[in-house]
Amino acid sequence: MEERPDDRPDLPPHLRPEAREDGRGLWPVRIEDATLSAGGRRLLDGLSFALPAGGVTALMGPNGAGKSLALRMLAGLIRPDSGAVRWGAGETPIKGAVALVFQRPVLLRRSTAGNIDHALAIAGVPRRERAARRAGLLALAGLERLADRPARALSGGEAQRLALARALAARPRLLLLDEPTASLDPAAVAAIEDLARRIVAGGATVLLVTHDAGQARRLADRALFMHAGRIVEDAPAARLLAAPRSPQAQAYLAGRLLV
Amino acid sequence: MNDGASAFATALALIVSGDPEFLGIVGLSLGVTLTAVLISCVVGMPLGALLAVARFPGRGALVVAFNALMGLPPVVVGLLVYLALSRSGPLGALGLLYTPAAMVIAQTILVTPIVAALTRQAVADLNAEYDEYLRALGADRVETIGTLLWDARFSLATAALAGFGRASAEVGAVMIVGGNIAHVTRVMTTTIALETSRGELALALGLGIVLLAISLGVNAAVMGVRTQAERVGHA
Ligand SMILES: Nc1ncnc2c1ncn2[C@@H]1O[C@H](COP(=O)(O)OP(=O)(O)O)[C@@H](O)[C@H]1O
Ligand SMILES: [Mg+2]
Repeated sequence: MEERPDDRPDLPPHLRPEAREDGRGLWPVRIEDATLSAGGRRLLDGLSFALPAGGVTALMGPNGAGKSLALRMLAGLIRPDSGAVRWGAGETPIKGAVALVFQRPVLLRRSTAGNIDHALAIAGVPRRERAARRAGLLALAGLERLADRPARALSGGEAQRLALARALAARPRLLLLDEPTASLDPAAVAAIEDLARRIVAGGATVLLVTHDAGQARRLADRALFMHAGRIVEDAPAARLLAAPRSPQAQAYLAGRLLV
Repeated sequence: MNDGASAFATALALIVSGDPEFLGIVGLSLGVTLTAVLISCVVGMPLGALLAVARFPGRGALVVAFNALMGLPPVVVGLLVYLALSRSGPLGALGLLYTPAAMVIAQTILVTPIVAALTRQAVADLNAEYDEYLRALGADRVETIGTLLWDARFSLATAALAGFGRASAEVGAVMIVGGNIAHVTRVMTTTIALETSRGELALALGLGIVLLAISLGVNAAVMGVRTQAERVGHA
């Protein structure tokens, strides 16, 4: 059984997004007419969308649509062949402002607490502040009892909670979540959603890739539907999920195969 | 004197009696080899990590070179170090030939490529897994290498043990640059070679037993490192 951290406190101020005054801002974070090809295949094909500050946006679409590529672009890990990715007026993300949680969490060969400490150190948190920040993040994710456990021995749900808590180390303003509940049991899914809600309540903006329409309905206020490397529908989540207008989203949500 | 059984008995007596000359040879061997392995780790591990992480022209050639240097024949290394340190050589003025320092230099040259190549492999594998996470965090080059070296620590321990194994069993290079001078540069391997050729089997056999024990110890340590890595889920 997963431990469900639903009696946990609200996100304390020192874990909330940190406004970094760098004179160029972050918002809107956007992808403008991006294309990307590899191996003679066009993976992204005129992808455009913008994220203003606040709220949860669900990014949906069939496998291979390019959702993970879009997230990696927004995290600054890859650049489009043509088109642009922008963070406010900037051409690179401000360090620590955007955090990406991978579909399969990359856990360091250290303890649970060691993984968080590492992220805090890279984020430049002064040594004397790290213990308090680490304790706050462990509590937030309900991982206090597992603090000294090797991270790679955690269960799927625990590992994903650690990845999420660790992503908050730099107090990001935009959190990119790539299928954070894929292959988790219902209790673990509920724990992750609960955590995500508290992160959003703390003021972070979230872009969530999910195949779970129910999850999108529960968490998101806006939904983007992606197909073959571009956005084919962008609408309030409730509307898109209840009455999709694009044929691709209609077919996907009806469980029909997309070609 | 040439009787195997009596030589063996004398050898055991040498080991247990704590004969000062015998212990001196063992101690010098360990001192030279441990110093060489230590220097090789200090130089080879960051170098191997850099080769795994950095992208620069000629990197591929360097990787091939280090892999080739792993198989360097010890006598050739001994010869080259001899030429460098001999009185007319470029470093002749230092007067290091036939000193323990010369043996440390030769073994360091033999072991550094091993440590660097094994480190590069371990760090490259880990980097393939960690690269995007570390870049997403905004880790700089030093932070990246530091993270990879620490998380590869069990593989690095194995690399150091492999280097120690090679250096402690090596004869050719230390023979050429050390010369097996009693109380100065006599180490286990060279003493075994010389004493055996002179028919003095007891001392050779005693040192052989110690060398064998060290080799077994190194292998046990490698297994121990592996078991520990698996036990803590870091494999
Ligand atoms: N590095 C790469 N090289 C070639 N093809 C890639 C690469 N990364 C992703 N792809 C391909 O791009 C397409 C979109 O991938 P991805 O963004 O992971 O899809 P998803 O929407 O399922 O997350 C897939 O067909 C995938 O095989
Ligand atoms: Mg994906």
